[in-house]
Amino acid sequence: MNAPGVDMREAAAGAPVISVSGLRKSYGEHEVVCGIDLEVRRGEVFAFLGPNGAGKTTTVEILEGYRSRGAGEVRVLDEDPASADGGWRSRIGLVLQSCTMPPELTVRELVELYAGYYPHPRGAAETIELVGLTDKRDARTKQLSGGQLRRLDVALALTGDPELVFLDEPTTGFDPSARHHAWEVIANLRELGKTIFLTTHYMDEAQALADHVAVIVAGEIVAQGTPETLGGRDRELSDISFRLPAGTALSELPDEVASIARQRDDGRVHVRVGEPARALYALAGWALEHGDRLDSLTVGRPTLEEVYLRLAGEQEHSE
Amino acid sequence: MSSWRVFAHQFRSDLLRFWRNPQSRYFTVALPIVFLVIFATMFKGTTIVDGRRIGITTFYVPGIMTLGIISASFVNLTQAIVTQRENGEYKRLRGTPLPAAFVIGSRAVVGVVVAVVMSALLLLIGRLAYNVRVPHSTMPGVLIAVIVGAAAFSCIAFAVATRISSAEAAAPATNLTVLPLYFISGVFVAESIIPRFLRNIATVFPIHHLDEALLKPIVQTHGTGIAGTDLLIVAAWGVAALLIATRTFQWSPRGG
Repeated sequence: MNAPGVDMREAAAGAPVISVSGLRKSYGEHEVVCGIDLEVRRGEVFAFLGPNGAGKTTTVEILEGYRSRGAGEVRVLDEDPASADGGWRSRIGLVLQSCTMPPELTVRELVELYAGYYPHPRGAAETIELVGLTDKRDARTKQLSGGQLRRLDVALALTGDPELVFLDEPTTGFDPSARHHAWEVIANLRELGKTIFLTTHYMDEAQALADHVAVIVAGEIVAQGTPETLGGRDRELSDISFRLPAGTALSELPDEVASIARQRDDGRVHVRVGEPARALYALAGWALEHGDRLDSLTVGRPTLEEVYLRLAGEQEHSE
Repeated sequence: MSSWRVFAHQFRSDLLRFWRNPQSRYFTVALPIVFLVIFATMFKGTTIVDGRRIGITTFYVPGIMTLGIISASFVNLTQAIVTQRENGEYKRLRGTPLPAAFVIGSRAVVGVVVAVVMSALLLLIGRLAYNVRVPHSTMPGVLIAVIVGAAAFSCIAFAVATRISSAEAAAPATNLTVLPLYFISGVFVAESIIPRFLRNIATVFPIHHLDEALLKPIVQTHGTGIAGTDLLIVAAWGVAALLIATRTFQWSPRGG
């Protein structure tokens, strides 16, 4: 999950599939989308993040053709979604935030029904296999678990063999293993060359899947970039953290570390440094000298979640 | 696929869903048959309709046909529309290339088809079990009444569905509308024993007129049996409802 992959992905990315400029939308007096620009390129996974009420769903629904826009330019697959027809719809796949499946139909019947709407559908069996529901294909949808229903939802979005897939919070409410399974499905889609527009509340999801991330807060894009560089994350200080050996004071640590070390309420000592190697070298030497194993040592940079919370923080507090 | 094949594809699935849904099977298919058998068994003798004395079963066959048609094309359809809208199914389907008219049209045709089949079934039971015969000459009158009734009540379903905000409310709201009207419209009891003011109220609504339009060709022994005025009133309700529905219909869940 580190930098080398990013450049390759960027080089491989193609023409823009979604391009948005100056998009605005108001409900009455209240402007919920205040002039945003976005670009999503062919073959990439684009994660669109933001707290509830930030204009995220409104933006996505404008891109999907469900809502009209107030102002600005929107092109999705070279068409304006507001006036797009069935031909355009056959090239996109949608997983909406929530949709109850018809309880009377089986997995296979439902996938075959949707396949019948599209000019060049993917085979039903193949689609069901792709989302890992093959052993449930003859079960009525009411017999599926929440995670299986969501996978069926993804299957329906893929039956038309779309070029662009919108996934609106596809793993909300999943347990960890179901989420990892869903991630595999999304990773498979990317292997197939699909462009994916993902909204999510989970930063680990964006970190694991996305090539590019944009954060919307109060109707404006506050940060855009790769998960690794979002919000200047790559330029931030590293955080070295450990537990002091019993009966040791902060002042006893080596000089390079002692002056900048802070002990938090949980007892852990945090040292924020620009050059972690130097500090770690001093720390390790000191620990060996004192016969301490530094079992609890961790080194990290701020996670995507921390960056996101900082970006979205003020907005969430005011809600 | 050509459009009619897509429509047939959707229709087949909607029909399958209707049949697999227990509520549809019990309330829309079984209940009218049970009602006909119960009423025809419980009440014996004759009643007076339009100054003619007729057998009580001859009175109940068109009455229960009215119930069957309204059950399929209004009560059941309204519930299906509200449920599918609130489940997000409509919204999802609007994101596919399936034309909007097919999304709702196919399910409405299911209601009409079921109404026609139920009418035929009830006529057949009336004929075989209770010897209620419809004159050949008035058969067109029955057929036209069934189709106009089913079409008009489908339109009413689309208009009423916009007023109902949750799937749970759909069944009580529709039943509470039609049940009192069945009683005062002469579907369950002969008009001669209904107080005049209630009968006057009933004449405003389409249920009474559909019942009349089905009763006439079964009671009459001559002519085509087409009840022009009654059918026009039923059709006018349908057209008015369609106009309201096209202005107020919603695809997205109201969630309330």
